[in-house]
Amino acid sequence: MNAYYLQILTVIGINIILAASLNLISGYTGQLSLGHATFMGIGAYSATLISIHLGLPFIISLIIGGVVAAIFGFIIGVPTLRLKGDYLAIATLGFGEIMKNINLNLKITGGPMGLRGIPQATNIYIVIAAVVLTIFAINRIINSRVGKSFIAIREDELAAEAMGINTTHYKILSFVIGAFFAGIAGGLYAFFFRYIHPSNFGFMKSIEILCMVVLGGMGNTYGAVLGAIIITVLPEFLRTVSPVISQYRMVFYGLLLVIMMIVRPQGILSQDFDFTLFNHGLLGYKKKKGGQIQ
Amino acid sequence: MFFEQIINGLALGSTYSLIALGYTMVYGILELINFAHSEIYMTGAFIGLTMVTVYKVPFPIALLISMAGSCILGVCIEKAAYKPLRKANRIAPLISAIGVSIFLQNLALIIAGPQARAFPKNFKVTTIQVGSLFKISSIQLLILLVSIVLMIGLHFLINKTKIGQAIRATAQDKETAQLMGIKIDRIISLTFAIGSALGGAAGVLVGVYFNSVDPMMGFFPGLKGFVAAVLGGIGNIPGAMVGGLILGLVEVIGAVYMSQYKDAIAFAVLIIILLLKPTGLLGQKVQEKV
Repeated sequence: MNAYYLQILTVIGINIILAASLNLISGYTGQLSLGHATFMGIGAYSATLISIHLGLPFIISLIIGGVVAAIFGFIIGVPTLRLKGDYLAIATLGFGEIMKNINLNLKITGGPMGLRGIPQATNIYIVIAAVVLTIFAINRIINSRVGKSFIAIREDELAAEAMGINTTHYKILSFVIGAFFAGIAGGLYAFFFRYIHPSNFGFMKSIEILCMVVLGGMGNTYGAVLGAIIITVLPEFLRTVSPVISQYRMVFYGLLLVIMMIVRPQGILSQDFDFTLFNHGLLGYKKKKGGQIQ
Repeated sequence: MFFEQIINGLALGSTYSLIALGYTMVYGILELINFAHSEIYMTGAFIGLTMVTVYKVPFPIALLISMAGSCILGVCIEKAAYKPLRKANRIAPLISAIGVSIFLQNLALIIAGPQARAFPKNFKVTTIQVGSLFKISSIQLLILLVSIVLMIGLHFLINKTKIGQAIRATAQDKETAQLMGIKIDRIISLTFAIGSALGGAAGVLVGVYFNSVDPMMGFFPGLKGFVAAVLGGIGNIPGAMVGGLILGLVEVIGAVYMSQYKDAIAFAVLIIILLLKPTGLLGQKVQEKV
């Protein structure tokens, strides 16, 4: 396959992992995070440093990167998840900027030079395997008792607590799981592009991931997949349409985000959308069984 | 030396306050983080620069024109990108705001190019010495004066006039305000207009202060203006003023000791304050009901 398309496919795969893991935190558990790229960056840096300095094999460094990101997810999650709504969002944003600043100043991370000369180890097969595993794991979590607790917290935190759900515990758990997968995605990113820089994992990247989740549909894993594909392909597509549009493609990108939100504010696939119901008629919107208690 | 840093901090902080006011007013009414605000600030700076360099307008008039321009831009953004989403969930307008921000930033990049521009040299910087310890540059004096005048004006508008009363009522309860005969659509547009005008003024002042205007200039000040708003308690107008000044002071004084972590200090302060007082310094705790 053409190297250009292969690269786009790889980036789509990495973005799917990022979007699906943020969707677990923001879509299913309802905790708005503006710092998801932070965990991606932590995963990328730790996987790279472990691989370079300790000489561990790729897959093991990848997993250690994910674990380190999860540990940071715990460290950041414990104090900040006491905050609600927009305050949580800004605290996660703050941690992201602090982490970026630290990475820019430490010697071991290469500072403003970034880390270069990372061995090429990520290939499309590993990315596909990682995507499938991530989607599988997140789906299993969502359909388990833990996932039901996440959703209960999203729907009504006070009511969930009244039902005996330890909301702090589950919010942190959701954060840690999300951070783990984001760390894996970061490792894949580092070993694919072979060069990482603190600004690759800054606020703009976090926003990009959030856009994927919201565009695809919050609280729907397949929505996150679709959102990741659209947000990755759209700028590339605009580049190829015509030279004029290529010049203005980021302008169109911003404009399209606004238009898509106005046309479909709940995201492309809404929460009720489920692929298993495709054979039940039109596009598979779930019919509510029985009466609904209001 | 120390007094100098205090003055630097206050001058920088008052521009953060002006930006924070735009965020906090919009948040108070719509509960929306208006990410396009940093681009309004950038546009304000560009309008001011164009007025001074191309049309040779005297500075005070350029400042007013730039405020008026930012005002119009803010209202247009509200009508086009937020109004259709007023009934949607809370996150859709946020993404829409980000879309507007990307749109404006890249439009500015195409129109003005990526290079930074400077205000013409006829802005003479003179240093005014008061006593042996205290000195202040004319630009800092200008920034402080303009900010104080604007903030006092805003305070008067919000607390002493009928329009201000309508804004406060709308922020408290939109439906009840509507029942009392307040045209809330008009009030929301007005809030955007005021907030954007203040943001535009901040853009011009910072453009003169750091002598540099470029399409990406809105990103960090916008983020920090938002941090200042949260620091003071988002939705709270005196909070935004206090938050901005604290942020400016902490950043300037912190930079003396650890300059490479200048940007991290602001966010570290934010997180510490949020953990100690989760609704910001002057924010009120809202009782939650099931």
